[in-house]
Amino acid sequence: MRSRRERSVPAPLLVPAVLAVAFLVLPLVGLLVRTPWSELWPQLTSPGVGEALRLSLVSATLATAVSLVLGVPLAWVLARSRIRGRGVLRALVTVPLVLPPVVGGVALFLVLGRQGIVGRWLDEAFDITIPFTTTAVVIAETFVAMPFLVISVEGALRAADARYEEAAATLGADRWTTFRRVTLPLVAPGIAAGAVLCWARALGEFGATITFAGNFPGTTQTMPLAVYLALQQDPESAIVLSLVLLAVSLATLLLLRGRWLGRAGAAP
Amino acid sequence: MRKPFRSLAAALAVALLAGCGSDGDGGGAAEGTDGGDGLTGTLTVFAAASLTDVFTELGEQLEADNPDLDVQFNFAGSSALATQITQGAPADVFASANPGQMTVVTDADLADGEPEVFTSNVLEIAVPEGNPADVTGLADFAREELTLAVCAPEVPCGAATEDVFAAAGVTAVPDTLEEDVRAALTKVELGEVDAALVYATDVAAAGGSVEGIAFPEAEDAVNEYPVCVLAEAPNPDAAHAFVELVSSPEGQAALADAGFRTP
Repeated sequence: MRSRRERSVPAPLLVPAVLAVAFLVLPLVGLLVRTPWSELWPQLTSPGVGEALRLSLVSATLATAVSLVLGVPLAWVLARSRIRGRGVLRALVTVPLVLPPVVGGVALFLVLGRQGIVGRWLDEAFDITIPFTTTAVVIAETFVAMPFLVISVEGALRAADARYEEAAATLGADRWTTFRRVTLPLVAPGIAAGAVLCWARALGEFGATITFAGNFPGTTQTMPLAVYLALQQDPESAIVLSLVLLAVSLATLLLLRGRWLGRAGAAP
Repeated sequence: MRKPFRSLAAALAVALLAGCGSDGDGGGAAEGTDGGDGLTGTLTVFAAASLTDVFTELGEQLEADNPDLDVQFNFAGSSALATQITQGAPADVFASANPGQMTVVTDADLADGEPEVFTSNVLEIAVPEGNPADVTGLADFAREELTLAVCAPEVPCGAATEDVFAAAGVTAVPDTLEEDVRAALTKVELGEVDAALVYATDVAAAGGSVEGIAFPEAEDAVNEYPVCVLAEAPNPDAAHAFVELVSSPEGQAALADAGFRTP
């Protein structure tokens, strides 16, 4: 389909693109250069690290699942519905993006903490307290990461050709059926991209988590928290820990990519 | 669409000019050492988070005495500050909340002279106003039903925490190991934990929303605060002036007001 000339990158795009790659990759190179490789294995097998890594992966995945269930419908409302105040709604949804995560954590306390608006009632009526639990980790990560998914999916919905949905409607499908059978498959790549962004953000989440969920090994100490605390005492082990997190997340993303794009990946 | 861009460009230009200006001032300060009166330029103080209120006050005082001096602070955990300094952060003064992190800086030959201990601090139990869980002493940190916060063992206040628990023979069951002492205090202020171990100074700074409970084992973990002028200080005159102010009767009085002890 594509000719060779179309594949070559014009210089005005190539130069900034190369600069962008250098800017994004050089800090990683810096980490790799400073990595005490001999410490890698002892760190990997130390009990706390496996626990933190498992907790990170589980909580980021749960946060992504919650974001998908709640965020995709929200993106649809923002992109397709005609309700009033959509602009305000969109601005509100992006608040967690600009809010310093630590402040987000305090805000979560004010709503879901023991003394919070909703949390007080949960505590009194059901004896449920959320802060300092793994649930709190998932909530904090969802709060910070969901906007990434919503914005990606909304963009995909806006870019999608609305004529397919109109055709479905003409053929008698109601809006829910159209959403399930036409819209979702149409924007699936956008949803996948949004989910990856959301998962990556949740995996790296630090500020809201350490504030709202606290830091306790096995319950709430995710890898970013473990890295931060390691940095207080032993910067080298902090580098090793961050590389472990990086390697695991890259491996996961590559694996998923291979699965999603299985056939395309196999083509030369 | 063009207007915001233009104002952005203007802001950038102002920032650039300001940057050049402060460089010039720094040079002036170095040349002005012979004169001896009136400090100029920018003084950058890296100080432990627990010193925030006192040092801000002393900084304002130094600025009032030297109208051409601009005092900037970087308040954070001592270990984060020590890391920043060894990584080349342009600081004039380093005030650490424990001797260990000062050693990181002196071992790297980054201190100008010997660090001097200027104050000390002890742990106290902080509880929300009214003490809803009836906490009376360190032994309450072994109560499973309470929500408790202590500092993580990796940070200075956490090391002190381990010492006092060891001295009291208490096996604590905290729900969270906080990354710094102010984070632990915030959770008390919000009423989200029943008790936290923080410094006496943090309780003093928190005002009415937090009550402090002193305990005898605190004497087993008195925390000394060393301060030094850094060898690479861009503004050494102002740095020495600040360190002198901290050790002066005036500085010591301000520290005592904030709950610190005299060394």
